[in-house]
Amino acid sequence: MPTTPLIAYTHVGKTFDDGRVVAVDDVSLEVAEGEFLAIVGGSGSGKTTLLRLANRLIEADRGTIKVEGEDVRTLDPVLLRRRIGYVFQSGALFPHLDVAANIGITPKLLGWPAANISARADELLELVRLDKTHRDRLPHELSGGQRQRVGVARALAAKPRIVLMDEPFGALDPLTRDALGDDYRALHEKLSLTTVMITHDMTEALLLADRIAVMRGGKLLALGRPAELSDSGDPYVGELLRTPRRQAERLNALLPRGDAA
Amino acid sequence: MSLVSDPRWGEALTHLSDYLGNHVRVSVTALALGLIVSLPLAIVARNRPLFRGALLGIASVVQTVPGLALLALFYPLLLALASVTLGWFGFGFSAFGFLPAVLALALYSMLPVLRNTITGLNGVDPALTEAAKGVGMTPRQSLLTVELPLALPVIMAGIRTSAVWVIGTATLSTPIGQTSLGNYIFAGLQTQNWVFVLFGCLAAAVLALAVDQLLALIENGLRNRSPARAALGGIGIAALIAATLVPTLARTSSTYIVGAKTFTEQYVLSALMAERLRANGLSASAREGLGSNVIFDALAANDIDVYVDYSGTLWVNQFHRSDAPPREKLLGELKSILAKQNITLFGELGFENAYALVMPKKRAEALGIRSIADLASHAATLSIAGDYEFFSRPEWAALQKAYGLSFRAQRTMQPDFMYAAVASGEVDVIAGYTSDGLIAKYDLEVLDDPRHAIPPYDAIVLLAPRRAGDQALQAALKPLLGKIDIADMREANLRASGNDAASSPVAVARWLWDRIGKR
Repeated sequence: MPTTPLIAYTHVGKTFDDGRVVAVDDVSLEVAEGEFLAIVGGSGSGKTTLLRLANRLIEADRGTIKVEGEDVRTLDPVLLRRRIGYVFQSGALFPHLDVAANIGITPKLLGWPAANISARADELLELVRLDKTHRDRLPHELSGGQRQRVGVARALAAKPRIVLMDEPFGALDPLTRDALGDDYRALHEKLSLTTVMITHDMTEALLLADRIAVMRGGKLLALGRPAELSDSGDPYVGELLRTPRRQAERLNALLPRGDAA
Repeated sequence: MSLVSDPRWGEALTHLSDYLGNHVRVSVTALALGLIVSLPLAIVARNRPLFRGALLGIASVVQTVPGLALLALFYPLLLALASVTLGWFGFGFSAFGFLPAVLALALYSMLPVLRNTITGLNGVDPALTEAAKGVGMTPRQSLLTVELPLALPVIMAGIRTSAVWVIGTATLSTPIGQTSLGNYIFAGLQTQNWVFVLFGCLAAAVLALAVDQLLALIENGLRNRSPARAALGGIGIAALIAATLVPTLARTSSTYIVGAKTFTEQYVLSALMAERLRANGLSASAREGLGSNVIFDALAANDIDVYVDYSGTLWVNQFHRSDAPPREKLLGELKSILAKQNITLFGELGFENAYALVMPKKRAEALGIRSIADLASHAATLSIAGDYEFFSRPEWAALQKAYGLSFRAQRTMQPDFMYAAVASGEVDVIAGYTSDGLIAKYDLEVLDDPRHAIPPYDAIVLLAPRRAGDQALQAALKPLLGKIDIADMREANLRASGNDAASSPVAVARWLWDRIGKR
């Protein structure tokens, strides 16, 4: 990639429980500006830890992590998190705040004037395709998909260049999930974001991401575009790719072109 | 007379603004202090298991101390502290009434607030605290804007529990000199005035319920983001406090405070003295129901101005003397000991309220018993009953030693029941009190103590150091000295133990004055 990487991991390591659990083991990885990277792996593969190292929700033991060219250890973690969008699993919206307040939380922390925060909330509701009537609702009054749309809006509110997503669509039904994935991908393009998304679902990763990183046991097994992964000789990567492939073939056979509803 | 039309309801009502006002002030201050200390402690302790364990442990231990004992313990503690600050920094403070009550109640209020705040904060979904961190909140912002609001219902439940406890327990602050709704209860229990007891309990219950509901309104308002409701609750509490402050501020405080311990005779005598002061144009109020461990120190510290104590009580309990010199010698010595503390022994009222061995007159005549010496030869076949402390008191040891007394059986009894028990023959002899009205009622005989094993218990009027040279006070009380004989006091006590309007301490005090005033 010609551009300088927006996120760069170099020989990063992280252990838990006094070294008994190795979460991330000597991972080096670069995410280019404008790129959509998906990190795929099973539970315990270290993918969530790797993501959280980037905004210092977790501190690395070894190696360096640079965000926009700056070593994160030299940055104030609170200020760092305010300039990186983060979408949590199943939303994690604050249940006592209405939709607008949830969206406006980071701008408020950054000290934006109230009028700007309010205008930004309206703008984001439109961006994530939520009706303005949702503005004053509380999270429990929304559907799962609507909640995650607010979660995305909250992550984008302070106009970050980077968005980190932790299995953002995992808990949604397949249709909602597909729609949200597509909508987010469009936003990614429109806003020239750099996105790192964690998922355990290879199909989702293949459909949304530019490149895919495969993790297992804390190690980075493979990294590349879908076609490059396909050429990987690693048996685990092959196994991960087999399912979407087989599903695609069966669906093709079951639903000949033109019959799809 | 029916309960509803009883005139004592009206009398109870006249005290309401004073008792309720004091009760609200002491409860609200204690609760506020408890919150100011407990909330930050809980916030600091929630993530520190060792500290949290120790804190909750201590608060739980405090909670197991009976309220009355906790309040009583704070008095000597503060008294010692006051003397230290006086010695080191040149200023003291009153360890009487408000301060010990507030501190003890604040301590008492801590457990529910600590426990619920810690439980509430630790119960916040970790995904939300993680999200708070992820969107860029500092730990403080996360606490204030996410964790505390989410834990609020649990925290408020703790505060409401605390408020109800404190308001209930504050009734026990009467014996350490803090006026409260407990004044109704303590006075009522001692003088068999069930209207007062009921009134005090009802007033405390209504107050507790009202505060609980106002706090519920605040909680509801905060939870449902309705500032109007929260404000309404806040205004309600503020109005309650203001309402109790206004009448107190408007009233000029009494110049003279007359103390009384927690038994009937003391209520009558303090009412009598307050009445005499007022009759002489002095403003006076009674501070009743003070614990006997508190009242002497309160006088020495000028927190009260005058009260009646008993020479033997001071001799044995206050100055820890085990000898029993003759009456005149004891009084003389007592006077000089008291003078060292600048307390004036103003004089004797004329009667004694001593421990005495008492038995039915007919039984005593039949057995030919007139004195304890006569009793000794019959003791082996007789049983004796005393109050909770009698058999561990030096008087009992002295009696046994002087007369070689050895009874067949000894029992401990509630004082009110002793007299009936000896009258009915359930026990043969009781260790009663010489001025008790029931002696006359049950036709009992007080046995002589020819060897003076029991020290004299003359009722004596004590004046606070600052009243040592107060001519107006002394002129007002002088007519009482030497005027009240044992028969007067027994009858007064008997009247005051009745259960009707004429048996209120004030009414009995008037009766007593009518009887002795012209002598």
